[in-house]
Amino acid sequence: MNAENPIWALISTFGLMSLFAVGGAAAAVPEMHRIAVEVHHWMTDKQFADAYAIAQLSPGPNVLIVTLIGYAVAGIPGALAATLAMCLPTALLAYYVSRLLNRPSQSRWPGLIQAALVPLSIGLMAASALILAQSTDRTVAALLLTAVVAVVASISRINPLWLLLAGGLLGFAGIV
Amino acid sequence: MSPDSSPAAQEPDIPAAHAPPPGLVALFLAFARMSLAGFGGVLVFARHAIVDQHRWMTADEFNETFALCHFLPGPNIVNLSMVFGSRLRGIAGGVAAFTGLLLPPTLIMTVLAIIYARFGDVEVLRRILAGISCAAVGLLIAVVFRMMMPLLKRMDVVVLILMLGVFVAIGVLRLPLQAVLLVAIPVSIGVTFLMRRKVAA
Repeated sequence: MNAENPIWALISTFGLMSLFAVGGAAAAVPEMHRIAVEVHHWMTDKQFADAYAIAQLSPGPNVLIVTLIGYAVAGIPGALAATLAMCLPTALLAYYVSRLLNRPSQSRWPGLIQAALVPLSIGLMAASALILAQSTDRTVAALLLTAVVAVVASISRINPLWLLLAGGLLGFAGIV
Repeated sequence: MSPDSSPAAQEPDIPAAHAPPPGLVALFLAFARMSLAGFGGVLVFARHAIVDQHRWMTADEFNETFALCHFLPGPNIVNLSMVFGSRLRGIAGGVAAFTGLLLPPTLIMTVLAIIYARFGDVEVLRRILAGISCAAVGLLIAVVFRMMMPLLKRMDVVVLILMLGVFVAIGVLRLPLQAVLLVAIPVSIGVTFLMRRKVAA
C-alpha cells in the first residue's frame, strides 16, 4: 500500500495528524504508536519505545520522535519529510490565526474552548503513558523503575535528565 | 498561573522593558540555543530567553502568545516559534525562529537514527535504551500527575469523567484519535459552556 511511495505516506500521515494534535506532542504519542506500529507496521513495539526514549534524551522539542519514525521508514529524506509534515502546517496555521487575533479578543469563546480542551489533553497524555508502559515495563524491575521515577519527578524538582541517565545506568548494569 | 499573578512586584519597569527587535540571524541563533538547551521540553528555556534574557516580550505578552499556541493544534513550542518570530520581524522572522528551533535538533536526531539503525541490536545499547525508556515513561506519568492536580483539587466530576473517557478510549480500547476527538471536543465544550452558565446564573 505505502510501498510505492513511503515519503508521501509519511507526509500525509503526519500532516493530517498534526492538525488534530491539540495538546502538544505528548498527546499525539498514542496516535503515532497506532499508525506506526499497528496500521503501517513501520516499526515494532520495541523500536517505538526506543524512539520515544531517544527523543526524550535528546535536546529539542519532544515532537522530534517523528524524525526517528521518518528515518525508519525512508532514511534521511523520510526523516526530513516527517519532521516538516508534523511541524510546518500547524505553524503556518498559528501564524495566520495570530494575525487575525492581533489584539486580545473580547469574545469568551477562546478561553472557554481552551478550558474544555484541558481534561481531554490530560486524558490523551495518560493514554500515552499507558501505551508506552505496556511496551517497556515487561519485568517487575522495569515497572518498579518507572514507578520510582514517576514518584520522584512528581514530588521533587530534580532535572529530568538525571532520572533518564539513572535509567540508562540501571539498564547498562542489566538490572531492568 | 503563579508567575503572572504578581507581575507588578517583580517587573515594575515592564512598559519600558522592550529591547529593539532582533535581526533574523539573532532570532535564528536564540531559538537554536534554547532548543539545544531544552532536554525534555523547550518551554522553560524559551520563556527564560524571550522574557528574562533578551526582553523581546513582556511576561504578559509571552503568556498571551503561548496560550494562543496551546489552543491551536500542533506542537506548541513549534507554533510559538513561528508566531513569536513573525510578530517581531514578519513572516521572515517566523521562518528564522522556526528553522532555528528545528534544524539543529533534527540534524542531531537524524544522526542518532543512523546510529540506532546500525547499532540498535547491540546488546549493551539495547539494555541502556530499555532502562531509559522505563525512566522516560515515569517522567511522562509525573507530568500527567502534575497537570491533573488542579482538576483533582476542584473535584469536578464531569471533567474527571471526560478525562477518564478519553484515557480509556485511546489507551485501553485503542480507538483512532480523530474519531475520539470528534466526539469528545464538542461534548467537552458543551459541558464547559453549560457549567459556566450555571455558575454565572
